[in-house]
Amino acid sequence: MAVTTYLEAIRQALFEEMDRDPAVVLIGEDVGVYGGAFKVSEGLLEKFGWERVIETPISESAIVGAAVGMGYAGLRPVAEMQFIDFIACCFNQITNFAAKSHYRWGAPVPLVLRGPSGGGVRGGPFHSANPEMYFVHTPGLKVVCPATPYDAKGLLKSAIRDNNPVLFFEHKFLYRRIKENLPESEFTVPIGKAVVRREGRDLTIVSYAAMLHASLEAAGELEKEGIEAEVIDLRTLLPLDRETMLASVHKTNKLLVVHEDTRTGGIAGEIAALVTESAFEDLDGPIRRVTSLDTPVPYAPQLEEYFMPNAAKVVAAARELARY
Amino acid sequence: MASTLNREQYLELYYFMRLNRELEEQMVRLFRQNKIVGGLYSSFGQEAISVGTAYALGPGDWIAPMIRNIGSLLVRGFKPRDILTQHMARYTSPTLGKDGTSHFGDLKTRHVVSPISMLGDLIPVMTGIAMAGRYLGQKIVTMTWIGDGGTSTGVFHEGLNLAAVQKAPLVLIVENNQWAYSTPVERQAPLRDLADRAKAYGMESVIVDGNDAVAVERTAREAVAYARAGRGPVLIEAKTMRMRGHAQHDAAEYVPKEMLEAWKKRDPLDRYEKFLNENKLWDPKTKKEIDARIAREIQADVEFAENSPFPPPELAAQGVYCEGCHTVEADWKRAKEEVMPPRSGVKPEWPMQLFTGNGTQLSPANKVAIKSKPGKKSARASSGTKSGRAKAGR
Repeated sequence: MAVTTYLEAIRQALFEEMDRDPAVVLIGEDVGVYGGAFKVSEGLLEKFGWERVIETPISESAIVGAAVGMGYAGLRPVAEMQFIDFIACCFNQITNFAAKSHYRWGAPVPLVLRGPSGGGVRGGPFHSANPEMYFVHTPGLKVVCPATPYDAKGLLKSAIRDNNPVLFFEHKFLYRRIKENLPESEFTVPIGKAVVRREGRDLTIVSYAAMLHASLEAAGELEKEGIEAEVIDLRTLLPLDRETMLASVHKTNKLLVVHEDTRTGGIAGEIAALVTESAFEDLDGPIRRVTSLDTPVPYAPQLEEYFMPNAAKVVAAARELARY
Repeated sequence: MASTLNREQYLELYYFMRLNRELEEQMVRLFRQNKIVGGLYSSFGQEAISVGTAYALGPGDWIAPMIRNIGSLLVRGFKPRDILTQHMARYTSPTLGKDGTSHFGDLKTRHVVSPISMLGDLIPVMTGIAMAGRYLGQKIVTMTWIGDGGTSTGVFHEGLNLAAVQKAPLVLIVENNQWAYSTPVERQAPLRDLADRAKAYGMESVIVDGNDAVAVERTAREAVAYARAGRGPVLIEAKTMRMRGHAQHDAAEYVPKEMLEAWKKRDPLDRYEKFLNENKLWDPKTKKEIDARIAREIQADVEFAENSPFPPPELAAQGVYCEGCHTVEADWKRAKEEVMPPRSGVKPEWPMQLFTGNGTQLSPANKVAIKSKPGKKSARASSGTKSGRAKAGR
C-alpha cells in the first residue's frame, strides 16, 4: 500500500500499461520532455523513448486522427488533450471518425483520449470545461469520469485495454488534492459500473468526478441532521449503469443528481428520464438536480463559486427533497 | 520516357481504368432505375488518378480512398459487387448496408481505411498508420486522396504538418478537378498550383497530368519509393477535370461548356488506349478480350447485387461497440526485444543540435529528432553524445 494522488495514479496506469504492452503509445502536446502540462506523463519519455511518447504540434485534430490510425494498425494509443476544453478542436475526429468506425465498417478504434477537465481552479471559460455530454450523446464512445485515485488507475488501465474509443475525463481539481492508499498488486476497474460510496436510506445522491466529493461532504452534514443519504459514484457515464441507480432509488425512494456540468442537457436529465420510465412507482418526490448554471465557466472566484455546485448547495437541495 | 512496367502491367492498368469507367456507367443506369439508394459520385475523367496511384503501392501498403476513388478500391482487390452492393444498400455489402458508396474498407487484408464524408480527416489518420508502421518495422507507405476543395480544410493543414514534422511515409494525392461542388478552384485557393501548399510544410511535392495514366503511375511510384525510404511525405497534385456534376443529382450547369469541351479531348482512357496502340502493347483482339471480360464481370456482379437481400431491420441496433467481435493486433515486423522491456534511457531534454547557432537560427526539428530508424533515434535525439548512447544501452 502506498499513498498515491489521483494524478500519480493516472501516471502509474500509463507506466504499467506501457510496460506491459509495447502496442501502447502516448501522443500529445508537450507530453515528452516537459512531461505534460500537469506533469502526468513525467518520466515516460525517459523510460519509453521518442517512439512511444510522441510530441506533436498544436493540432488536436491531427493528434486524434493519428491516434485513430495507430489504432487501425493495431496499436493502443493514448492521446492527451492538454486541457479537455480543446477537445472541441477535434470534435469531428472523435464523433464522426472514431465513434462511428466500428458500427459503419467493423473497424475497432482502441483509442483512449484523456485530459484534465473541470473547474474550481480559476481556469476561466477555456480551461475549466466539463464537455462530457457532447460525447455521451455520441453512440460508439465510452465516457469515463473517475473520482478517486483507485478508480483513475483501474479505469485507465481498462480503457487502454478496451477495443473502443474511450474518453477519459480526469478532474484537474482532484489531481493533487485526493490521495488514497493503492494496492501494490495489479488491479483494474471495469468500465460501465457505478459504485455505492456511502449507504443510506433516506435519499439517493448520484454524482461523479469532483462533485462526488462535494456530495460525500454533504452526506456527512446531512447525517448530523438525521438524514441518511446514499451516495452513488457513476464512474462511467457511457454506458450508464442503470441497475445500481434503480436499486438505490428502490430503497430510498428519492433521487438527487449532482454534477458540475451545466444544467440543460446534463446527465441529470437523462437519469431523471430513465428513473421515471423504469421506477416511477418507487419515487416519493420529484427528482432534483444540483448542477452548474447554464453559462460558460466564469473566471473570478466569486463568480465561479456562484456558478458551481458545492456541498452547501447539495445539502440545501437534499434537505428540501428529504421533506417529501 | 522509360517506364518500369511490363506489358501485363500496362494491360492491367487498362483493365482497372476501363472497369472503373464501365462500372460507374452501369451504376448510372442503376441510379436511373432507382436502384441506388443514396447518392452517386462520378469519377468520370479521373480514372487515371485513382488507378495509377494505387497501382504504385505494394500489398502491405495502406490506402484510404475518397468518394471518387472507385478505381483505387478495384486495384486494391475489391470487386464490382462490393461497390454495387454498397451503393444498393444490400446485406451482402462490405458494411452490411450500414454505410454506402465507397465508405468501406478492410483493415486486415487489403489495408483499406473507410473514408468519412468530412474532408481532410483522413490525412492525420493515414499519418498515424504510417507512424505506427514505422514503429512496428513494417516499411509501409500510406496513401490517401483529397480534392482541390478539401485542401481548404483546417485538418488538411494539421495532418500534413504532422506528417512532415514526423517524416511519416505518407503520399497524398491532391486531385485538382477544378471544382469543389459548384465552386471553382479559383475561389478555393489563390494559387495556380495546389502543390505549392506543400512548401508550407517543408515537404516534397510534384505536379502531374492527372489524365495521363502512365505519368501518374510513374510519379506515384517515385513518390512511394521516396516515402518508403524514410525521406518524408510527398504531395502529388494531379491536375484533372470533374467531367460530371458533384453527384448524379447535379447537372453542373455552372461549368462552362468550353471547359468541358477542352477537357474532353484529354480523356484519360482515350489517351491511354492511344499510348497502348503507339507502343504496340496490345492489338484490337486483346482490347476486345479485356472489354468482354469487364462486361461479363459487371453483369455477373449486378445480378449478384440485385439478387442480394436488404439487411434485416434489427441490424440497426447492433455493432455500436466492439465487444470482442474483432481483435486488435499489431503486425510486428521488428523484434519486440528492441522495445521490450522498455529501456530507452532518453534524457528528457531537447538536444542542442536541434538549435542551429545556439538557437539563434532555428532549424526544422525533424533534421535531428526524427530518424527513419526508430531504434537508434531515441538515443541520438536525447543528447547526440556518446554518453547518451551508452545510457540507451547500445
